[in-house]
Amino acid sequence: MALDQSFVGRTYPPTAPYEVGREKIREFAVAVGDDNPAYTDPEAAKALGHTDVIAPPTFVFAITFSAAGQVIQDPQLGLDYSRVVHGDQKFAYSRPVRAGDRLTVTSTIEAIKSLAGNDILDIRGEVHDEAGEHVVTAWTKLVSRAAEGA
Amino acid sequence: MTAKIRYEDVEPGTELPAASFPVTRATLVQYAGASGDFNPIHWNERFAKEVGLPDVIAHGMFTMAEAVRVVTDWVGDPGAVSEYGVRFTKPVIVPNDDTGALIEVTAKVAAKLDDEARTVRVDITAMSAGQKVLGMSRAVVRLA
Repeated sequence: MALDQSFVGRTYPPTAPYEVGREKIREFAVAVGDDNPAYTDPEAAKALGHTDVIAPPTFVFAITFSAAGQVIQDPQLGLDYSRVVHGDQKFAYSRPVRAGDRLTVTSTIEAIKSLAGNDILDIRGEVHDEAGEHVVTAWTKLVSRAAEGA
Repeated sequence: MTAKIRYEDVEPGTELPAASFPVTRATLVQYAGASGDFNPIHWNERFAKEVGLPDVIAHGMFTMAEAVRVVTDWVGDPGAVSEYGVRFTKPVIVPNDDTGALIEVTAKVAAKLDDEARTVRVDITAMSAGQKVLGMSRAVVRLA
């Protein structure tokens, strides 16, 4: 069944702050095999003009996707998560995420479309730091594939 | 922000150094832990096949992370990336052997966007097993 269009524009409450740790950034950089010193060496990061080590561009997804769980698991919306695939992902950064950041995410349902029985959900996550400054916006497109025989 | 590439030194069509990134089952387990995405389609062959996939597939976000490395390695400062977006068109299929799969990434400057902000748009192509695995893969980068 198609998702309820009246959910478009709905904004969920900001998440509790996620504190970005140097070791978590290091773990992520190692996992993607990236040895850029800006991710692990505070002096190298400072030489580039940053105040501490920064996170790789896609690091923040773990935080925004976790926040999108509010939308995905909203029982009123009724998305069948077992059929969901990740369609598109986009980020627009005001500045890189860095160690010591305490980030909150505010998720909004930007669009709901139904195409050939598939439900397509666009979620925008606005990420702010503790001072309330914008850090990054993440757009996540999820596609819930039509059930067989539906 | 200190990019090592100067805005004046690039033109539309300028190619970035290409790179290839290997991915094995072990890579995926490590990425699952680092990212917190433990969806079994990325490590459990039986489960992946039950939901209709040919085999275990890499996390789309892993592929996205590898593809942008061509840009961040080129520009030097990963903080110079101001926008980055992709479409997940085909999965990267990772067989259960020691070789795994290869993600092959090329990129070129598609347009100079803003002379004052010194930004360019870079278009990225990511291939695996002869198939394009990302579509509309673009980054906006501030150059020196």
